[in-house]
Amino acid sequence: MRVPMSWLRDYVDLPSDIASREVADRLTMAGLQVERVDVVGAGISGVVVAQVVAFEAVEGQKKPIRWVTLNDGSEERQVICGATNFDVGDVIAYARPPATLPGGFEITARKTYGHISDGMICSGRELGISDDHAGILVLPSDLTLGSDVVAALDLRDEVLDIAINPDRGYALSVRGVAREVATSYSLPFRDPADVEVPTADGSAYDVRILAPEGCSRYVARTLSGLRAGAASPSWMQRRLTMAGMRPISLMVDVTNYVMLATGQPLHAFDRAKLAGPIVVRWAAAGETLRTLDDVDRALDPTDLVIADDSGPIALAGVMGGAATEITDTTTDVVLEAASFDAVSVAYTARRHRLGSEASRRFERGVDNDLAAAAAQLALSLMAELGGGTSTDAATDVDRRPAAPTIVLDPELPGRIAGVPYPSTTVERRLADIGCSVTAAPGRLEVTPPSWRPDLKIPVDLVEEVIRLEGYDKLPSTIPKAPAGRGLTRPQRLRRMIGRTLAAAGYVEVLSAPFVDLDSARRLMVDASDPRVPSVRLANPVSEEEPYLRTTLLPGLLAALARNVGRGMVDVALFEAGPVFRARAEALPPPSLPAGQRPAAADLAALDNALPEQPGRIAGVLTGARVLAGWWGPARSASWADAIEGVRELAREVGVEVTVTADTHAPFHPGRCAALHVGSALLGHAGELHPRVTEAFGVPARTVGFEISSDVLIAAAPEVAPTPVVSAYPPATIDIAVVVDAAVPSAAVSDALRDGAGKLLEAIRLFDVYEGGQVGDGKKSLAFTLRLRAPDRTLTAEEAAGVRESAVAEAQRRVGAILR
Amino acid sequence: MSAPNDPYDPKEVAALSTDELAAAQRAALAAFEAATDLDQLAAAHSAHLGNKAPVALARRELGALPPQARADAGRRVNEVLTALTASYEAARTGLEAARDERVLIEEAVDVTLPWDMTPPGGRHPLTLVQERTSDVFVAMGWEVAEGPEVEAEWLNFDALNIPRSHSAREAQDTLWLDPPDGGVLLRTHTSPVQLRALLARGAPCYVVVPGRVYRQEALDATHSPVFHQLEGLAVDEGLTMADLRGTLDLFAESMFGAGVRTRLRPDHYPFTEPSADVDLLCWVCHGSSTEPGAEFCRTCRSEGWIEWGGSGMVHPVVLQSAGVDPDRYTGYAFGIGMERTLMSRHDLADIRDLVEGDVRVTTALGREA
Repeated sequence: MRVPMSWLRDYVDLPSDIASREVADRLTMAGLQVERVDVVGAGISGVVVAQVVAFEAVEGQKKPIRWVTLNDGSEERQVICGATNFDVGDVIAYARPPATLPGGFEITARKTYGHISDGMICSGRELGISDDHAGILVLPSDLTLGSDVVAALDLRDEVLDIAINPDRGYALSVRGVAREVATSYSLPFRDPADVEVPTADGSAYDVRILAPEGCSRYVARTLSGLRAGAASPSWMQRRLTMAGMRPISLMVDVTNYVMLATGQPLHAFDRAKLAGPIVVRWAAAGETLRTLDDVDRALDPTDLVIADDSGPIALAGVMGGAATEITDTTTDVVLEAASFDAVSVAYTARRHRLGSEASRRFERGVDNDLAAAAAQLALSLMAELGGGTSTDAATDVDRRPAAPTIVLDPELPGRIAGVPYPSTTVERRLADIGCSVTAAPGRLEVTPPSWRPDLKIPVDLVEEVIRLEGYDKLPSTIPKAPAGRGLTRPQRLRRMIGRTLAAAGYVEVLSAPFVDLDSARRLMVDASDPRVPSVRLANPVSEEEPYLRTTLLPGLLAALARNVGRGMVDVALFEAGPVFRARAEALPPPSLPAGQRPAAADLAALDNALPEQPGRIAGVLTGARVLAGWWGPARSASWADAIEGVRELAREVGVEVTVTADTHAPFHPGRCAALHVGSALLGHAGELHPRVTEAFGVPARTVGFEISSDVLIAAAPEVAPTPVVSAYPPATIDIAVVVDAAVPSAAVSDALRDGAGKLLEAIRLFDVYEGGQVGDGKKSLAFTLRLRAPDRTLTAEEAAGVRESAVAEAQRRVGAILR
Repeated sequence: MSAPNDPYDPKEVAALSTDELAAAQRAALAAFEAATDLDQLAAAHSAHLGNKAPVALARRELGALPPQARADAGRRVNEVLTALTASYEAARTGLEAARDERVLIEEAVDVTLPWDMTPPGGRHPLTLVQERTSDVFVAMGWEVAEGPEVEAEWLNFDALNIPRSHSAREAQDTLWLDPPDGGVLLRTHTSPVQLRALLARGAPCYVVVPGRVYRQEALDATHSPVFHQLEGLAVDEGLTMADLRGTLDLFAESMFGAGVRTRLRPDHYPFTEPSADVDLLCWVCHGSSTEPGAEFCRTCRSEGWIEWGGSGMVHPVVLQSAGVDPDRYTGYAFGIGMERTLMSRHDLADIRDLVEGDVRVTTALGREA
């Protein structure tokens, strides 16, 4: 809402020394957020009132150019002008050198079209007072020649640009804002809607409300003998322009002006085009309406319409119809001022994508006591400015419910604020906003004013009292919360996992979870794989990515490609977050009322309506894992780094991971590990399939992993097992065995471990050798075993015994031969 | 060499003569002094204090002396031995010290050489700021609540007193799952988690909810369809708007430093009544840049206050939706944008820097505790 200060001052006597900026601050702290204070008419100097004495056309130009002689009150001046909308004798705005126009444009005498143009004649746009640039601004003829235009037209003004919250419909009017200003400064308020209206006798026009739930009141007035094509006066155009609306014609301008002034949207029908009584009803299925914007609209039975015998003629509260539109030849009009239901207007405006100044106001609630006064104001202006004749005939179909009464405990505002307010303060503040208050022992009976339909329950009144007393006057206290239990275990574990990966050189990314269906194909997963995206958005941000992710890898690979593209080629990234999978047996959520705790079964049904949202942790690496340096050459990130990444973070939360070879998209079939915790699958790691790296535009041999954070966290031991710490010396033995090259080292290691028995403290693979000495298709694996007993020093015989049984077990399981 | 039973003849044991001993001592001292390294000193030691050194030989002769002569000669020999040993030890200590010093100098390295074998990792600044803000409240006894990102319409809207006709539910604001009227959406705020917490715990309830939320918005410099919030909810007997203010003040101080407080400004949210916007006193200029003639403040654009979030007293309908009696309990809630907090802290102009995963941004900003 844009409110010119000059207009505001019509309704409240603000002392002239109060700056607009200060008013803006007061309004902001009262809940009407002033986003800007615009200064209009600033930056104009040297523009004076002058009269056209004579003009002649400049020949030989593509467009009409006039060589104009002006009288600026003291002498004659000659200028070139490209406009033709003036005649000899017209009074105009003359930028007389040296002059300045808004935006800092300096006007000097200059040679153009073969003449020295001594300045220029200004358009409305050039002066910053309207959007009109079709011709020059023709001024009222009674202005003094030579006088300054800024002063003569009272151009200087300041406009408050206010963001209006949905609960403050009343502030979508100069009247509403002025009332807040008056309250804030304790000044009297002059209500523009305080006009005398004739008693309604139903004689203006026949109106029938068939949908009382959509329309609680309909006032109709009539006017005849109008010159509808007349232009509105410049003062009105100027106010409309400053308020952000475009002047169009007298009829439109007057209805808009009254709407801006009071907040009541109005609509005028050409009486000659109406057939039969005006009926307010719901649209019938299949009905259509051509609206003022010349669009044919199919109506819905929940659209509230104004109809006559011909069918719908307007979308109630949203937009009029083309068939009954006022034109330049209109002489008789029926003026509508009505109270339409906020929700109905909101739905209709949205369904037809037809937000209008009227619908904006109805959606937020229009003062339902305003219709008759607003109609009277408009009628008077039309009669005065358009030469029409209005009568006192008035139709007012009034189905308004009685104003509600709210019972308020006078101590409640203080209890909620945390600072006591005397009952008298509460009563005064409620009266300030227009409530009528009746004090009874221990209770106030409060009837909110007609323009505050948002005030329904006691806390609504509490807010009014506290905001007018000032939020900035509230004390600042800290409540004592009951003792808390700190972070939960999963919360602590997730932090540890993030820290571990960061310490291991992984950089965290937070990707948007949107993917396309094709991402599954690029990851080479089967059509039956649960990682085929299954949760689709109805209105995605981008139609190119309408699904929610089922794996973190596409987002990570995109971030990886972005980094590599920016020259960061040695990168390790990780992400932790949910993925989304449709539930096979999902049912729509139950419809539940607000303000009522749902039954346990209903709450469970709500959760069951949601897709599964399991947690994942994934990482990707490319380029060097160890950079080249003076210590030696670089080492590229490999499948082993990806697996170790998982091992590291699992180790950090006390979980041991078993690694087995697997074939699993999107990994290289020969370089992919399945990772288990006990029998539960944790996830996979390895080198990405060459076709996958190509499809995602990341470097070949990019490696990565993706695991379930839920499985990992569930597996993390709550109490870590306590080790047996023996002070006896260890015995260290090395065992090298030869096995088939295809035997996984983990199988050999496991066999040795199991064979070694309980004296084994630690086992470590320290060498792998394939080559001539061990024969084709074979490999040698060398392990160091650290043995220790809890109660004695081991003898050489005992150590030898362990070696024997370890090797025997390895031979039994995987055919290992001691080297 | 004399036999023990030989008659005493001082002339035959010249080695014990005063002159001989003095000569041996002089020669030994000279040799020790002349040694310039430990090898030479070892050779001198073996020549002058070894088994075949003159002093050693002289000492061996002592046994042949008659008792009356042995005491005197023995004393002289010992004096020489003591002197020579002390002299040798002094020389050795000196030479060893010199050697050690030389070796340590030779072993010196260039400690400025880099050892940056692995490119550094780091956690995302948004993760860290969520942890940090959560910790402020955990320290006050609050707990951290979590909930799903895909949420039921009832929890995201209805239960929060957001009317059916509210424009926030429209497709231009909210991302709905297919089918569009299926009542399932990407949560538009973390408030449904507040409700879940209240449903699960009942009153009293003090929780803070960090998390990712979604709006139907195209990504540009200042908007992202995916962003992060931190919401707080306190429900208890007798909680007031003054408590809300105090909690926000403490929160602001812990995030932005001493003296940074908040300002409440009336606003409208369906789920709170009264409702207030939260402004933060500019933590850079503390409001001083609004004084006439003061230097321009980039952080608050010389407005003195920075818009930080929304807040208010929990609407009775919301409490009722969770089965909490609004006549007995009151509550307050607030929500803060994490991106906004970070962008303000670090003077970041483009939200995309936080979204795109550029490692330069994360490793630079993901370092705060």
